[in-house]
Amino acid sequence: MAKWIPHWMHRLSSPPTFYRVAGALRPWALGAALLLGAVAFYGGLVLAPPDYQQHDAYRILFIHVPSAWMSLFVYAAMGVAGLIALVWRVKLAEVACMASAPIGAAFTVITLCTGSLWGKPMWGTWWTWDARLTSELVLLFLYLGVIGLYRAIEDPRQGARAAALLALVGLINLPIVHFSVVWWNTLHQGATVRVLGPSTMPLSMLWPLLTAVLASKCYYVASLLGRMRTDVLALERGKAWVRAIALAAPASPRHAPRATERAA
Amino acid sequence: MSGFWAMGGYAAYVWSAYALFLLVLLADTLLPRWRQRRLLAQTRAQLLREQARRQRGASSPLSDPDHASHP
Repeated sequence: MAKWIPHWMHRLSSPPTFYRVAGALRPWALGAALLLGAVAFYGGLVLAPPDYQQHDAYRILFIHVPSAWMSLFVYAAMGVAGLIALVWRVKLAEVACMASAPIGAAFTVITLCTGSLWGKPMWGTWWTWDARLTSELVLLFLYLGVIGLYRAIEDPRQGARAAALLALVGLINLPIVHFSVVWWNTLHQGATVRVLGPSTMPLSMLWPLLTAVLASKCYYVASLLGRMRTDVLALERGKAWVRAIALAAPASPRHAPRATERAA
Repeated sequence: MSGFWAMGGYAAYVWSAYALFLLVLLADTLLPRWRQRRLLAQTRAQLLREQARRQRGASSPLSDPDHASHP
């Protein structure tokens, strides 16, 4: 492998460099997410024809499916970061692992709620304890468990390692969520988009869906970089580079020193 | 256009799903930003307090600088 890659990774793993690079990349990722999201929503809500069975209610698919895929993807990313954090004790991997949890939880909440809103008109019920829905709910509890464990331990680095271990154990749930519609007889419909073999979805519906999937990936990158930047600042708040940033930051009136402190 | 907003009678379900999606992601974008701003403001306030304390300590060496601001 080229010699400059380890050097480059070493440089990037220094918190001040990461803070700067992430700050430069974040607006681009967020911009790409907004642009792709707008195109996907236009394609999904306006251009795509109504479904012959589900009519216009199926349009929830364009947010439900990308969110559901992201709820699994973010968990897998969290697991990889957690493994790196536990094996090599890389500080930024711990930060990435812990910053991923709330984003994944947000996508899981969206998946469950939009699924509910889709289920009511199509199945006649908001909720049913079938394999797909239950395993997705377990996924949400796993995310909340990781966040809770991290917050419960006072030392952030120890907390991150304990929570990373929990995240790794929870990886077992990912194949259960994914294959639940195959392994069990569920109310939830099977996959219509396949990586291997042809998708059973017309192109007019497929392209907005795939664009929305791409938008959600870009959004994850943007949100992850933003959260990691904040966490890096919090971890390094005693260091000179954070002090310099804090002194340059505009003082917000809400958090100005209290009157007694000013008078003293 | 009204047909578009009606969503074939499923407007309540479709639009509340999209609204929820946008609201959750908006919160996910804004909350960490506010946290970062708060963190920097607190760090800044702490640094300014420490600076003021050091200056007081230099002008009157007998006063106890650590307790001066908490009477």
